[in-house]
Amino acid sequence: MSDISRRRVLRGAAIAVAGVAMAAPAAIAAQSAVAGAGGSGHPTGHGDHTRPEAFDEVYRGRRIQGMPIPVEGRGHTGRTGHSPHMAHEGPGYAVFVDGEELHVMRNADSSWISVVNHYETFRTPRALARAAVDELQGAVLVPMA
Amino acid sequence: MAVRKNQATLTSTEKRAFVNALLALKRSGRYDSFVTTHNEFITSDSDNGDRVGHRSPSFLPWHRRFLIQFEEALQSVDSSVTLPYWDWTDDRTAASSMWAPDFLGGTGRSLDGQVITGPFAASSGNWPINVRVDGRSFLRRSLGGGGRPLPTRAEVDSVLAMPTYDTAPWNSASDGFRNHLEGWRGVNLHNRVHVWIGGQMGTGVSPNDPVFWLHHCFIDKLWADWQRRHPDSGYLPTGGTPNVVDLHDTMRPWNDVSPQDMLDHTAHYTYDTAA
Repeated sequence: MSDISRRRVLRGAAIAVAGVAMAAPAAIAAQSAVAGAGGSGHPTGHGDHTRPEAFDEVYRGRRIQGMPIPVEGRGHTGRTGHSPHMAHEGPGYAVFVDGEELHVMRNADSSWISVVNHYETFRTPRALARAAVDELQGAVLVPMA
Repeated sequence: MAVRKNQATLTSTEKRAFVNALLALKRSGRYDSFVTTHNEFITSDSDNGDRVGHRSPSFLPWHRRFLIQFEEALQSVDSSVTLPYWDWTDDRTAASSMWAPDFLGGTGRSLDGQVITGPFAASSGNWPINVRVDGRSFLRRSLGGGGRPLPTRAEVDSVLAMPTYDTAPWNSASDGFRNHLEGWRGVNLHNRVHVWIGGQMGTGVSPNDPVFWLHHCFIDKLWADWQRRHPDSGYLPTGGTPNVVDLHDTMRPWNDVSPQDMLDHTAHYTYDTAA
């Protein structure tokens, strides 16, 4: 499935179950499992990065999830579709708050930032997701795409 | 020649003119296009990929060009207006006149972070947050809420003393002046100020808060101060660097301006004080 169509499916699924907050992460987890069958579970991030393990918890009343995802074909296609610079790899990891994807980025020193805490680094995606919940104060994320 | 002044020295007339020009750009929709551009760059600039606006040597010339473009937009509304700068080593508390109701307004209320004083408070009806990453459409701040104080003059001086502009790998892991000023490494200057303010200033859509321009104007001035202290140190790298804007490469989104073109700010404006 192409990146764009995959994202459309995910977005549609997320909207279809608005409030249930399950479909998008589940779909990506399924993709990740497929990719893992070929990738045999070895870290596939660039450099000496290893991708953190998945997590799934309720923090301050909101479901936060994180999971490794296929790196190929991801980039930022959905965000800046008109831009010519989308070829670089994404972070290889996705974070969700109540089923809505949070834009995250990994720094060269392996720390993490998100679009709601873009000038402050976190050691793990879970810490970043919790900080996002704190920052959001109950507000919903705007869809990334 | 346009002179950029310390915000603490502005007259009430100058403050009013600046605020009114901001509100006019907001009404026309031009303001939000700057927020959109910034967010597109900050979410796509990456340490291992193409990087232009942030976490790269072109952080400084990119923001210099971005501020010039914004200042020109303000001047198309009122030709007397120039960007003021905020010296956060000096005006370092929420009690500063900068946060008074006749200028930027104060911190947010504890309930939801909403700014409730000044011309950019949501209740004014003049400052809707349209380009956003979450559902909230009101300006938010939490001045000093992160717990860490604003950088001190001594910390700034320690960064200005660094003789090398930037170093490989030309990203958030670099040593040198640029990355220490940006704040990914070391005492942390620019990034820490974004966090100190909180609200939208801590996010990718940080130009939603007008203080963005005053903060970056001071960062721009610190670059000029650094150049005067290190006249023999130039922009780096100077050629052939993948994913990075070299001295003579053009920068997106303008595609007609290079870091070399941005080295001398005096063609566009001067500052009110020498270094």
